[in-house]
Amino acid sequence: MNVEARPNPLKTQSVELGIADCDVHPNPASLEDEVFPFIEQKWRDYIATYGMVQRIGFAGGTQYPKGQPRASRRDSYPPEGGPPASSLSFFREQHLDAHNVDMAVMIPLRIGQALQNMDLAVAVCAAINEWQTEFWTSKEPRIKGSIVMAYENADACVQQIEKHAHKDDFVQISMLSRTPDPMGHRKYWPIYEAAAANGLPVGVHAFGYGGNPPTGGGYPSYYIEDMMAHAQSCQALITSMVYEGVFDRIPDLKLVIVEGGIAWLPSLMWRLDKIWEKNRLELSHVKRPPSEIIRQHVWLTSQPIEEPDNRQQLVEAIEWMGWDRVLYASDYPHWDFDDPKRALPVQLTKEQRDGFFRGNAYKAYGLS
Amino acid sequence: MDTLLDPETRGANRIIPGAVDCDVHPASPAMKELMPYLDDYLSQSVVDRGIEQLTSVHYPPNAPITCREDWRGPGDAASALKRMQTHLLDGMGVGTAILNQMLGIQILFNADMGAAFARGLNDFMAREWLDKDDRLRASMVLPQQSPELCVDEIERLAGDKRFVQVMMLVMGDRPLGHQMYWPIYRAAEKHGLPIAIHAGSMYRHPLTGVGWSSYHSQDYAANAVNFQTTVTSLIAEGVFTKFPNLKVVMSESGWTWLPAYLWRMDKYWHGLRMLTPWVDRLPREIIADNFRFTLQPVDAPPDRAVLEKLMEHVGTEDLLLFSTDYPHWQFDGTECVPDGFSDSQLRKMMIDTPKATYSRL
Amino acid sequence: MAERQKHVVAKVSDFEGTDRKLVEVKGRPIVIFKKGDEWFGMLDRCPHQGGSLCSGSLISWVESSGPGDYRMSRKDEIVRCPWHGWEFDIRTGVACARPTKYRARPVGVSVVKSEETETVGNLELYDVSREGDLVVVEL
Ligand code: FES
Repeated sequence: MNVEARPNPLKTQSVELGIADCDVHPNPASLEDEVFPFIEQKWRDYIATYGMVQRIGFAGGTQYPKGQPRASRRDSYPPEGGPPASSLSFFREQHLDAHNVDMAVMIPLRIGQALQNMDLAVAVCAAINEWQTEFWTSKEPRIKGSIVMAYENADACVQQIEKHAHKDDFVQISMLSRTPDPMGHRKYWPIYEAAAANGLPVGVHAFGYGGNPPTGGGYPSYYIEDMMAHAQSCQALITSMVYEGVFDRIPDLKLVIVEGGIAWLPSLMWRLDKIWEKNRLELSHVKRPPSEIIRQHVWLTSQPIEEPDNRQQLVEAIEWMGWDRVLYASDYPHWDFDDPKRALPVQLTKEQRDGFFRGNAYKAYGLS
Repeated sequence: MDTLLDPETRGANRIIPGAVDCDVHPASPAMKELMPYLDDYLSQSVVDRGIEQLTSVHYPPNAPITCREDWRGPGDAASALKRMQTHLLDGMGVGTAILNQMLGIQILFNADMGAAFARGLNDFMAREWLDKDDRLRASMVLPQQSPELCVDEIERLAGDKRFVQVMMLVMGDRPLGHQMYWPIYRAAEKHGLPIAIHAGSMYRHPLTGVGWSSYHSQDYAANAVNFQTTVTSLIAEGVFTKFPNLKVVMSESGWTWLPAYLWRMDKYWHGLRMLTPWVDRLPREIIADNFRFTLQPVDAPPDRAVLEKLMEHVGTEDLLLFSTDYPHWQFDGTECVPDGFSDSQLRKMMIDTPKATYSRL
Repeated sequence: MAERQKHVVAKVSDFEGTDRKLVEVKGRPIVIFKKGDEWFGMLDRCPHQGGSLCSGSLISWVESSGPGDYRMSRKDEIVRCPWHGWEFDIRTGVACARPTKYRARPVGVSVVKSEETETVGNLELYDVSREGDLVVVEL
């Protein structure tokens, strides 16, 4: 396939203030050149010898092959070469400038926060944090980083949080949704305590290889099932955090769910309220109705946004959860990218628009 | 129970004469009640090996949702049937009740033993329940461990028209669309039996994609997400391309999640259609043709306006089948239908849709 | 409605080594696909969220008679949007998944010999020299 011509970025409608994009995915042009310098030689040798093993059978790639290469927009490869979103200049041109983004939260993926070799995971995550500041946030103030951590090792996470949380470069702590144990499990609580103490939300991005089948009925067959199931995993993780009392225990904790969709939240809140009312004996540590806890502590990023034929229905669903809960995200450069001009093609009030595209994010991340 | 029998209160429950209640739970038999229905080898094994009660942890007998406080009583079949008559059939005026027996025989790993228990349990249901009140119908309990043995059980019972559907647990060995289950669907379609997919698990995997929960409440909440992934599986695997006349009744699944689920599913299908090309129409169209959902639990706020909007999002009045989920605690008093359903919707879900769904009614 | 005009937008030889080209006509981005001797054009904006179809892949039409069966036909006649992967028939613009609901806008494309260009017009506008065979877009 020979793609000769590259389209000019479409001009954006003028927006007075730039938008906040709560999920973008810069990549290293090469691990060797950009990330390995921050890793001890012994771990470089280890990776060269054994690879980076996760709870999945393949040495690279996934057991559910994606719909397009690297799950990326086919037009996102930088002209100078390298993987999508590995060139800052092209990232600016195709995304930040083209869409008037003045705050973009980068969430590094494919780095193995849950590598089986925990010492390796700690070393790689530490390096990725250095890489974010060195190659991205220090060069482009519109880009903010996420502190990535080997989240099966809470002590190491707390160290990373203490090391980076005070820097302007980072706006959140990053975890992946498919953890080995549900996120309300108390082994993760020290992470949440450190995040809350430092005023940073925990951003939970869909994906990860926790070693559990993506459904309670085992492994599905097709890629579309794996993708769909992220919405369900996110519902399960919110259920876990609420019912296991995380927010009662850590009242300053903020949770941002990234890339799981949004429209399922009202139904989940209603269900959790009903079950909670009937099981007060078991859930005596949960002091308030789950919907109230969620409305105070949980935000969802919008992408991949649900698209009913009648978009007004999505607006109604957002009303049920509250407009202040939703943060715009593009997921650039991935294939299910949502263009800010087209993501929500309905009439919004100025307040809704400002909140969705900017204000809610600044609040969630504690920025001004 | 006097308030339940009071005609004035009974009027408030909005059940119309002849209503079919599509998800009702008979008491699970104690092992000694079941013994007379087990084959010789299994009954010897029960005694000789000390096999205990096969109660699933999914519905702990004393947990609040498993049985409403004012519907509790002795567990033997005769007493339980009497209570059901008092509360549900005579009390609330349900015309026909479809019984889903939840004894956890599917959890056993030994498939032969599972099948022997299933035969005993189905025979028990026929003698101790169906024979005793002709307003009762039942779902066949299947040894979900082995699709081949499920087919045997379907063939064995197909002649008894009081078994109006077959039942599978929403969480099995594999997502239920998987080809390993197709022999069951072939047999069910042949005999005009819908597949009731009911809340519950064979406990082969953690109940969520993110691991084992700490609390019963989490596990119960996990049902809804597993119904969602099960819809995805049944559609993506092409079950309805293969068995176009098959009906699936999602039972105790909740349904207020359905519109948002379909907005996402339709969207993904649009971009990934070529990866499962046998799915040759919008998922929501498949749902409309092949899926039905039982009413309770209604995961929605007690707000008429919200419910009306939700029904608009669902987009059709044909998807719901009336259910009380008796004696599970889903509502109080006799308020089994929340505010916000139109009269035409009531008629559809209580009479027309059940008739159209269950060829044996 | 403005009347349709013909615009010379490229030389046939521009398509050596490529099967597509993005041009601008009347301020609008148009993608031209060449398949053997056949030419197809579309507005280069996906009707979904506006992705540039020019960066999409050209694939076959995949049908099925049942689970596990994949039947391919019409090689390279389906453009798959580089963003969310929707498929469009390059002959008609129709969206494969929901043909009655979505359609990419097709644009007429033809080839003329340079001698014939006098009758075509707008030649200078597109900075194409009059040599060999020329590609014409009708818009
Ligand atoms: S923009 Fe083309 S598929 Fe979404």
